[in-house]
Amino acid sequence: MQIKESALAPVTASFRKIVPAGDYFIGVVTKGSTIRIVDLEGNQAADTLFYSADDPSEHYSAMDTLREQGNVYITAGTQLLSDLCRPMLTVTADTVGRHDTLGGACATESNTVRYALDKKSMHACRDSFLLAIAENERFGLSKRDIAHNINFFMNVPVTPDGGLTFADGVSSPGKYVEMRADMNVVVLISNCPQLNNPCNAYNPTPIEVIVWNGSTPMEGA
Amino acid sequence: MSDIIYADALPSGKHWSFVLRKGIELTLVDLEGGVNCGMLLYNPLSMLERYNAPDTLKCQHTFKLTTGHCLYSDMGRIFCSIVDDTAGWHDTVCGNSTKAIVARKWGETSYQTHRNDWQQNGHDSFLVEAAKYGLGRRDLAANVNWFSKVAIDDGGRMIFDPSAARAGSRVVLRFEMDTLVLLHTCPHPLNPAAAYPRKPLGYELRQAPAVMPDDICLNSAPENARGFENNRLFHACCGH
Repeated sequence: MQIKESALAPVTASFRKIVPAGDYFIGVVTKGSTIRIVDLEGNQAADTLFYSADDPSEHYSAMDTLREQGNVYITAGTQLLSDLCRPMLTVTADTVGRHDTLGGACATESNTVRYALDKKSMHACRDSFLLAIAENERFGLSKRDIAHNINFFMNVPVTPDGGLTFADGVSSPGKYVEMRADMNVVVLISNCPQLNNPCNAYNPTPIEVIVWNGSTPMEGA
Repeated sequence: MSDIIYADALPSGKHWSFVLRKGIELTLVDLEGGVNCGMLLYNPLSMLERYNAPDTLKCQHTFKLTTGHCLYSDMGRIFCSIVDDTAGWHDTVCGNSTKAIVARKWGETSYQTHRNDWQQNGHDSFLVEAAKYGLGRRDLAANVNWFSKVAIDDGGRMIFDPSAARAGSRVVLRFEMDTLVLLHTCPHPLNPAAAYPRKPLGYELRQAPAVMPDDICLNSAPENARGFENNRLFHACCGH
């Protein structure tokens, strides 16, 4: 796996925010700015979606991103494409090595299938996504726009015989992923609250969002 | 196998759609070997409920789709079950061909010049079929690519495997709830063929036998038993 460190120092950042597990982050990152997401305590999952800030009907597309790079993992150098196959962001640094975009977000309904029918009232990423867009109507997003997301810091290997495994995390405290915005983007993150999956040792933890240059992201909450 | 209610074929590079009722079996046939069938699924009662490939893959711990798998909506329900499959591996990760991909790989065509031999693409095909039901680009999701095998090597690289294509391959989908089905027969976006592939799709509709306690899809994973229970509750409440 490819590891690439960033030259940017957090003390020079224009914006920093710690997002506790179970909360969301929504804000605009302008073209040319850099956003870093830090796994503060390790093995957390940051479920992330991107939209064009100028036309939010254009969203991050996992399928187009993976197919055009010919590889199922996101790592340094990956260009994150929209559903119109336009570059949205480029991964410029990554101290984890690879990230998942096949597994989607947890939802209360899928939790009933994955774990147990009586888990349906436990907090889930999709609830955070839905609350984020409901509390921030100015972005013009609705459930239609909740596309397939990236799971930063999650390790979901595909096997040659077509299996999908949720392996032990390859992330650890302080590891991060960094992206340069290639267009003005709305960043929507659910810091995953999942309590039923061993991938985070049943212990969801905070992340930090750091932005360099560009305008200060608009706060959602 | 029960009598065929309806059988038809769709030429290559075309698109179509229909609502299938709970209990209908849709058999897709790769008539000549090498067809790709793109498919998206919606709940006609609430079009916001749609096929969710990530949920489908993670709850069954699979990257490929084949016999025994269920296709889930984002609401924890099963649109349809794969009760039989002689192909063995279907893709649901690579998305669609687009106008730009088709032009890059196989050259530009126009209806004016080529009439019905114009080289249509999967993305625009879904836009047309979706719009018939008031849906748009924002409602599209990761689709299934029936009869297309894309394997992954240890480094994560995607490998389109043309050798998996066989004339006569069939996949049988039993619909577990009423479902709007959008489909196209445009080439898989990773198909390396030198010329735009022109392979037709056969399809047949039958009444499915009742789901028995030893059903292969119901029992292939404990997750699917819970998915079937979610469907039972849905239908109990909807009076189906």
